[in-house]
Amino acid sequence: MSAAGHISSLGPAEAELDGPPDPEGQKRGWSGYLLLLPGALWLLLFFVVPTVTLVATSLYDPSGSLQLGYQMTGHWQNYVDALRDYGPQFVRSLIYALIATIACIVLGFPLAYAIAFKAGRWKNLMLVAVIAPFFTSFLVRTLSWQYILGDNEALVSVLRALHVLGPEGYLLATPFAVVTGLTYNFLPFMVLPLYASLEKIDPRLIEAGTDLYASPFTTFRTVTLPLAMPGLVAGTLLTFIPAAGDYINSELLGNPRTRMIGNEIQDLFGAGDYPTAAALSVTLMAAIVVLVFVYVRRAGTEELV
Amino acid sequence: MNTFSRWVGDRLILVLGLLVLLYMFVPIFVVILMSFNAPGSRNSYTFNGFTLDNWLNLCEPYQLCSSLRTSIEIGLLATLVATLLGTLMAFAMVRHRFRGRSSANLFVFLPMATPEIVMGSSLLALFVNAGFAGALGFWTIFVAHVLFCLSFVVVTVKARLSGLDPRLEQAAADLYANEWQTFWRVSFPLVFPGILAAALLSFSLSFDDFIITNLNAGQEVTFPMFVWGANQRGIPPQINVVGTVMFTVALLVVLLGEMGSRRRAAR
Amino acid sequence: MGTDLQLTSVTKRFGTFTAVDDLDLTIPEGSFFALLGPSGCGKTTTLRMVAGLEEPTTGTIMLGEQDITRLKPYRRPVNTVFQSYALFPHLTIADNVAFGLKRQRRKDVASTVQEMLALVELEHLAKRRPAQLSGGQQQRVALARALINQPQVLLLDEPLGALDLKLRRQMQLELKSIQTEVGLTFVHVTHDQEEAMTMADTVAVMNEGRIEQLGSPEELYEAPATTFVANFLGQSNLVSGSVATTRGDALELDVQGARILAHAAHARVTSGEVWAGVRPEKVYLSGAGDDDGADVNTLGDGVVSDVSFVGVSTQYLVRMPWGQELTVFEQNTGARERFRPGDKVDLHWRPEHTFLLDASQDASAGAEVEDA
Ligand SMILES: Nc1ncnc2c1ncn2[C@@H]1O[C@H](COP(=O)(O)OP(=O)(O)O)[C@@H](O)[C@H]1O
Ligand SMILES: [Mg+2]
Repeated sequence: MSAAGHISSLGPAEAELDGPPDPEGQKRGWSGYLLLLPGALWLLLFFVVPTVTLVATSLYDPSGSLQLGYQMTGHWQNYVDALRDYGPQFVRSLIYALIATIACIVLGFPLAYAIAFKAGRWKNLMLVAVIAPFFTSFLVRTLSWQYILGDNEALVSVLRALHVLGPEGYLLATPFAVVTGLTYNFLPFMVLPLYASLEKIDPRLIEAGTDLYASPFTTFRTVTLPLAMPGLVAGTLLTFIPAAGDYINSELLGNPRTRMIGNEIQDLFGAGDYPTAAALSVTLMAAIVVLVFVYVRRAGTEELV
Repeated sequence: MNTFSRWVGDRLILVLGLLVLLYMFVPIFVVILMSFNAPGSRNSYTFNGFTLDNWLNLCEPYQLCSSLRTSIEIGLLATLVATLLGTLMAFAMVRHRFRGRSSANLFVFLPMATPEIVMGSSLLALFVNAGFAGALGFWTIFVAHVLFCLSFVVVTVKARLSGLDPRLEQAAADLYANEWQTFWRVSFPLVFPGILAAALLSFSLSFDDFIITNLNAGQEVTFPMFVWGANQRGIPPQINVVGTVMFTVALLVVLLGEMGSRRRAAR
Repeated sequence: MGTDLQLTSVTKRFGTFTAVDDLDLTIPEGSFFALLGPSGCGKTTTLRMVAGLEEPTTGTIMLGEQDITRLKPYRRPVNTVFQSYALFPHLTIADNVAFGLKRQRRKDVASTVQEMLALVELEHLAKRRPAQLSGGQQQRVALARALINQPQVLLLDEPLGALDLKLRRQMQLELKSIQTEVGLTFVHVTHDQEEAMTMADTVAVMNEGRIEQLGSPEELYEAPATTFVANFLGQSNLVSGSVATTRGDALELDVQGARILAHAAHARVTSGEVWAGVRPEKVYLSGAGDDDGADVNTLGDGVVSDVSFVGVSTQYLVRMPWGQELTVFEQNTGARERFRPGDKVDLHWRPEHTFLLDASQDASAGAEVEDA
């Protein structure tokens, strides 16, 4: 298969976590560690150590500064202050990310399904098409939405003419625009894992389901959906997590009242308030870990809906 | 009636899929169109007329080309290192048995499950605490980019490698190829499409990244940072030229690879 | 001794599971040796240890005078035809075949490859890739790729398993003639008893990691050493009895009240309780009470319970007074009487066709696992 096909292997990341592959053909001994070493060191040095540092930084005395240095005082108050000051942005981030993720599922499922079962010889081409927007810069794409949703542009005019929007209605600088941008930007991360799972389903299974249950909806619920679950879980994580931490869409497409937690963390770092920024970061990560854990357990043990 | 509704059902899902695909391309069309837009007085995002000026004077806006160069340099370098380290890790994880394999899996997955803002903050916290606050720049960006590309490389190459029958490598050993020869004559050529995909993905992730880069860039300006800054000053239409070129080049690479693998399959 | 392949108390464990259990085996140079056993019995594992792809937990493997137990696979003069061929998908047929020679930096690679492809009749496909070949053609490529290196031992792991019956028969003959032509030692693994018997000089029957019996196909068939071999190689009727008297080579048994004779040469036990065995095709039927001479064994008062006509022969199931069903194959010569279900019959066979097995063994061992 081609390179294009392989990018879709983003999906199985999840599935591989639980079962070791066929043990045949594996070598024992030190060579494994040796191959692992450089990458593992990189992860240790630049992922694990920084995470620990971040947690430490979140407990520094906030009266310090970058120039004068910080005191490590185990200042838990940072968390209390951060949540008091930035609670709304926090909740907003999670809600926007949730809506965007649901939108990605709604849009991504038909597309992934069409590529897996209906595209025939155009399968690879459609896959390339899903990946292609990746390669136009994220920011450039988002700016493009700024234009599309703009007050004087075609979309708004049409919606006004159709009375979907009032005569003074607008789209840009609204929560709608922010969620649209998030949905758009992370959609490929939903489509690819979903496709990777769907592709493994034997189409005859779906046919058999149609025979047994007659209703396409029942077939979908009892056959397709459970089998697509690993892809759906992976896609949800790959969409929800970056969306919750994003601030580009909020900044370029939103207004001051659509600010997300990412905006605040970025600004706090910019302003030199490292302890508060770090406390917010740690809280975000903790919230995500908890949500992901609950979600994966739930999705793993029972049907999602 | 039943066959009719099935016919519609069949087409419906395909049509829906194509509509979603169209949605994904709308902004790209806008970018391509705007790259030929003659700049208006106030807002460059209003189509005033066709021109090639933006293409011919790509480097006119201050810092555009230098930021582009920085991004490409970092992108290439980070891709090279991430692809190398990630491929080695993938080989270790699929072809070698060692203690702590499943924790290694989790360890590789975690960075992908970390929001960019958190990863960026952690790195910044590390650099600042380690006394590198003044040295933020090209190399700190490079370190960060290798980090977030690494997991994607491992996952992509691993997927390809797990699909590779270990008996092929054993057959090579049986036919007098030592470890080195087995790798270069059998494993590598067969895993190569996966490695290429991983490299492409790495480059696009690196070239695209703003949030992590912005926190760790110091005085360095990458292309996304240039665009960000420009958004506050007024966006030069040339950025759409860059977007168009990136899109076209990537599409060409992928399509050429596609044709290559088809031709090889047909031979 | 030349370069015999010798395995001495070789054991292989995967965790707590013992795949190969204290195996002793000598394979003479130049022989066509078959390792026969049901799937999962440890055949592949044994081959892989010889090839160097798996290291024995204990024991040694010698090739002639050289201890190869821990030698890297690429340092052994041994080549393998893998179970599903494992052809390199990215290389042409010619490059696949040339692979081993190139790694050894041999001269005249191209012409040797040509010759080898000619031997397996694939010259016209040299430029193709494996995916474009049929199963039978891929099988030949795998063979050529291994043979071209002229290994001292060629290992074949179910090389014909993926082929359909007709092609498999044809390839059995071809493999055999190629082996005769090149004169190398072939170790052929299979779970197909017919395949093992047609091709090999010597067959080792393997079960649960151990060798049950080793010998020429005839020996194994005429004088099985265990109930497993008796059932796995062909079919057997095993009736319980006990040895009554021994006179020189002749043994006299009491089997369900009848007097049955056997020869010591085919007896694994010569006293006490035994399984008295006889192959179905060695038995012939007569109407109940018809005298058939004194020097044949006779079990009387059976009732035909099933008759199936299979072209060359007719297969009868006969229910005996003690409840057991025995199998009888009669050739359809037309000279013999045909029986119907319900007919009362006697069973007869010649004393030298009786074999005696240890009564403590399971009479049905190896019976169900046999497949095509
Ligand atoms: N790498 C391994 N790890 C664990 N068990 C194995 C491994 N290889 C083989 N086995 C087990 O050893 C037994 C013998 O396998 P094998 O030699 O492949 O049998 P055969 O080739 O006779 O069918 C089987 O039960 C198999 O499951
Ligand atoms: Mg086997």
